[in-house]
Amino acid sequence: MNGSNSIGLVETHYFTFAENELLALESGETLGPITLAYETYGQLNDDHSNAILICHALSGNAHAAGFNAPDEQAPGWWDDCIGPGKAFDTNKFFVICANVIGGCKGSTGPMSIDPQTGRPFGLSFPVVTIGDMVRAQTHLIDQLGIDKLLAVAGGSMGGMQVLEWAASYPDRVRAALPIATTARHSPMLIAFDEVGRQSIYADPNWNRGDYYDGPRPNAGLAVARMIGHITYLSEASMHVKFGRRLQERARFGYDFETDFAVEGYLRYKGNRFTERFDANSYLYVTKAMDYFDLSDERGSLIGAFANSADLIYLVVSFTSDWLYPPYHSKELVSALSAVGADVSYLNIQSTWGHDAFLLEVETMTALLSSFLDRLLKRFEVTAP
Amino acid sequence: MSPVALRADLQAIADLIQPGEKVLDLGCGDGSLLRHLIETKQIVGRGVEIAEAKVLACVRNGVTVRQGDLHEELRDYSDGSFDTVILSYTLPYLNDPAFIVSNMLRVGQRAVVSFPNWGHWRCRVSLLLTGCMPAAPGDPQPWNEAPRARGLTIADFTTFCAAQGVRIATATYLQGTRRVPDRFDTNLRATWAVFELK
Repeated sequence: MNGSNSIGLVETHYFTFAENELLALESGETLGPITLAYETYGQLNDDHSNAILICHALSGNAHAAGFNAPDEQAPGWWDDCIGPGKAFDTNKFFVICANVIGGCKGSTGPMSIDPQTGRPFGLSFPVVTIGDMVRAQTHLIDQLGIDKLLAVAGGSMGGMQVLEWAASYPDRVRAALPIATTARHSPMLIAFDEVGRQSIYADPNWNRGDYYDGPRPNAGLAVARMIGHITYLSEASMHVKFGRRLQERARFGYDFETDFAVEGYLRYKGNRFTERFDANSYLYVTKAMDYFDLSDERGSLIGAFANSADLIYLVVSFTSDWLYPPYHSKELVSALSAVGADVSYLNIQSTWGHDAFLLEVETMTALLSSFLDRLLKRFEVTAP
Repeated sequence: MSPVALRADLQAIADLIQPGEKVLDLGCGDGSLLRHLIETKQIVGRGVEIAEAKVLACVRNGVTVRQGDLHEELRDYSDGSFDTVILSYTLPYLNDPAFIVSNMLRVGQRAVVSFPNWGHWRCRVSLLLTGCMPAAPGDPQPWNEAPRARGLTIADFTTFCAAQGVRIATATYLQGTRRVPDRFDTNLRATWAVFELK
């Protein structure tokens, strides 16, 4: 455990709801009881007006900042931006992050035990959507005694949840910060997700999702993750990070072991991912992203935000992000401008591709902390 | 926080704004004018700016700002959605001034435009004596530096407005920080002009 300005040791909490009244899902199915794993950082102020909900991306979890144990190797996934004096300053804000439903890091998902059978759900887990994930989060916010969030923020799939919050619960949020995201999952994104899913289906260990008693479909999941990692980088960042450098070799091996550094990186990332992520969750969560589309039948986003014009928005994209290209964000900003919303937008110059939302810490800190300070003043939020 | 000290032309623009107006500032720079108007006149402000550093400065100034090109961003706003649309010192840098001015008057009840006057006598004498293109009054930017400004004079602009069917409601002329009255030789004496268009 190291790093300056860390929030320090944090604990993951669990909240269970929908025990009697099941949660109605967009698919028409119901789910319950539901457990959400969540963490909080900082203190809630007297009138509960300083709460910020952070939404995580595809492979994220509730552990966004600090350390769960003194000997934990790395801090939470957005520790660069959450902590004392950081963009989401825990001296000022009460920051919440929860694992999504369908996930595998403590919240109810396909690897949870189905109370009906006493065995893991597997594919009998109902398909969930971004809307369902957010509806589950509203129950947690209720439980924490928060009527109105000061802000909801997140990148990538987290940004989709932010937009869902803004569109569906405008009276429960003051500000929305969708980062490196889209209001409508594109065919290219669906295509990449489908290739990832196909590689899991093709793993014989997958066994139609029923693998919890035996070997896991790690090979398939690793390939899915490798494809993901390629899409999170950019050609320029791959040149800088790897070039054509060889991995632990002076010359080509003329064999099928790892030659290039980029191959080593992908194999390492793919294998590491299988230690911490469930293949069925990967299927469910990517499916939820693919279904995400706030536009109407004419492709317009204006209707989705017609009742959400009173929120304050900060939209952020990155110049080299080809997975969620800046024009997706611009389209969103156009729609928000058309409904008269207070929307700020910056397309941050970066060579890091989609990963930039986690890596461009300096610019993000300058941007987010100024924006959040404005919210503190605007809504006269008192210190905790 | 004390109000920010404003450039003379920005002060002349600020004097035209009524408390509580909804204002769009095109090419808003670091957001100084909008911040001043928010603090002194409680306006609802929106800015558009292309440079990343200036967008960050706007957010630091507590101003709502969109990064983008005016030629694209203006299309998003619905008719009459602002009381005033401001274009301060951005006119010489536009690719399509006619498009911008007509859209300013579409999305706003009125438009306010300010620019340095290349018709000022120093510019004229400078060209005559040195043979070099004069820089804008108070702005020694060489001709080859980006963004390239296309110089214009007060006479150019009034001719342009007449051709576009744009009515000039008021005009304020500045010589440095001092206001000068409108006379037959204004185009020789004024270093800056602020026009209110309808």
